[in-house]
Amino acid sequence: MPPWFEAFLSAFLLSAGYNTAVVAVGSALLGAGGGAIGAFVLLRKRSLVSDAMSHATLPGVVLGFLFGLAIFGDGRSLPLLLVGAAFTAGLGMLAVNWIKANTRLTEDTAIGTVLSTFFALGMVLLTVLQSLSVSGQAGLSGFLLGSTSGMLASEAMTIAVAAGVVALAVLAFFKELTLLCFDEGFAASTGLNRNRLDLTLLVLLLAVVVIGLKTVGLVLVIALTIIPPVAARFWTERVGRFVPISAAIGAFGSYLGACLSASAPDLPTGALIVLILFALFLLSLALSPVRGILSAFIRHRRFQRIVHVRQGLLALAHDEPILEPITRRLMKRRGYVTGDLRPTESGWSAARRIARDQALWNLWREDCPDEAHALADWSLRPIDEVLPRDMVADLEARLGLKAEPARGATA
Amino acid sequence: MKIDHVSGGATKIALAEAGRRDVLDPGSPLAVAGLTVAYDRKPVLWNASFSAPEGELTAIVGPNGAGKSTFLKASLSLIPRLSGEISVYGKPMEAARGDVAYVPQRSSVDWDFPATALDVVTMGLYRQIGWFRWPGRKDRERARAMLELVGMEAFSDRQIGQLSGGQQQRVFLARALAQDARVYLMDEPFAGVDAATERAIVDVLRKLLAEGKTVLVVHHDLETVPLYFSHVLFLNAGTVASGPVTETFTAENLQKTYGGRLAATQLAALGEAAKVRG
Repeated sequence: MPPWFEAFLSAFLLSAGYNTAVVAVGSALLGAGGGAIGAFVLLRKRSLVSDAMSHATLPGVVLGFLFGLAIFGDGRSLPLLLVGAAFTAGLGMLAVNWIKANTRLTEDTAIGTVLSTFFALGMVLLTVLQSLSVSGQAGLSGFLLGSTSGMLASEAMTIAVAAGVVALAVLAFFKELTLLCFDEGFAASTGLNRNRLDLTLLVLLLAVVVIGLKTVGLVLVIALTIIPPVAARFWTERVGRFVPISAAIGAFGSYLGACLSASAPDLPTGALIVLILFALFLLSLALSPVRGILSAFIRHRRFQRIVHVRQGLLALAHDEPILEPITRRLMKRRGYVTGDLRPTESGWSAARRIARDQALWNLWREDCPDEAHALADWSLRPIDEVLPRDMVADLEARLGLKAEPARGATA
Repeated sequence: MKIDHVSGGATKIALAEAGRRDVLDPGSPLAVAGLTVAYDRKPVLWNASFSAPEGELTAIVGPNGAGKSTFLKASLSLIPRLSGEISVYGKPMEAARGDVAYVPQRSSVDWDFPATALDVVTMGLYRQIGWFRWPGRKDRERARAMLELVGMEAFSDRQIGQLSGGQQQRVFLARALAQDARVYLMDEPFAGVDAATERAIVDVLRKLLAEGKTVLVVHHDLETVPLYFSHVLFLNAGTVASGPVTETFTAENLQKTYGGRLAATQLAALGEAAKVRG
């Protein structure tokens, strides 16, 4: 076993010491909080706001450091740095909201402007601070890309508690946030205050961004609130599951990333977490049976085959040639036609059955166009399997066909 | 704000004459007086006043851009208004949220939202359930019963994006039914729905009437106004006319509301339809 893997495994099993364990669990809670609130932000279609927020934290981090230096003689207090970060991030958020509300600019333009301006201000402040060569300022650059190496247990504890509070708040406002994201007009008509709810959502997002700074870094913290919900969306069609799945993906990815980082302290923790989250996203996109591309592909192929066989049999019934190569291949494989495209006995009987089916379906669609519209796969399944016996019998009588009791009995 | 200056005293006099009495009428399910709404500086609704007849089915009609949806939204205080007073049974709208149910336009939401038909109908119960509490078994049963009322019980577990337009509209209707309100405001529930859904919606409207509810429906199909509705409100920026269909749904009022946009033959036919029903 290579030594790095050994280190990873012991971190993963929470047996690499108190400090590492607290950091790993804190990261998992952070991921859960980010995934949960990110799910709602995604449904509200405001995912990019977190990017403006995260970049707007930088001047606040530096100011928090300077404030600590001036008052306590030491700037390296995580709570103080985070308060500073939250302060300027809040300003950034208000700036985005103000631009959106009072100008004709769209939100993405506002985000771009605010993001770059605040980040530029932060970089200037940081460079000035670095040129002063005060002690402890070297740690500040860790806020850019995130680092859990050398994180104190007390710091990790702060992050864990704050993330837990965010997760609880999401639970508390679950109904109201759902309503806001789905139908804000209706939400307001039931007496919910849209602005206050939106503010709640953004403040919770801000909280995740700020507490995620130390672990993931401000450049990448947006991934914590975007990738988990996007990945989770592949797995479910219900918001009651979507949010917990998103939280679980966030938690798992962050936990794994923190453990990997413990085994390779030189690698940036934030980048590791984001890469793992992205891998989870890829897995979801490919493999989810609900909305994944693999299952969509299989569904499509199955559908295509049904259509081709059906059309091939209809062609037989109407004594028309089968032209499409795919149809020919499928018909041969099912034994409906011989190698030189002559219909077999089973081909004839299947063709007769399908022709009857199609005639009945067509008649039914003339009778009930609305129901036909509502039924996604009308005419692709045998009509006896879809419509009640009496309706089919009625249609048959009107077409002058005699019923097929044998088939009806098995259906 | 500018609008007030331009209109000067005329608005205020109109307000005093047409509006005040309605607002003070505590028996009116929905009374609106002097309602003016502008987007940026373009007035959409201009000094509209209306008092909904209790226990009746009122159609709100008017040409495109007449401010029909805006009238509903502003009545519900969903959008800011420049002026105007609103009361629901004598109470301000903010204090009467539980008495009012709103059916927004179908196109106003993203149907790809991760929710089933049953989930959406349950949303109509959120207000009654209250803060910090989750829908229980009883709530889900009630939501299912509402879906049954609109003939959608078979689709309760289907994701809403996989429903047809008419079915989506029925889900919205079921959500409003779940609210068990006294006044229903519906924005174009008949827009783009199939014939079966249209019948289902009409059935629901009649059922609401039988229960003594008051219903206002923004409606675009003039021909069915005399068939489905007992009252009509003509809207074009302001209120043009309102009253029972038999008296108010006349060629004259249609002409006043739609101007040259309706041909004379159309007007005559619509007027006949109203008379036949009356």
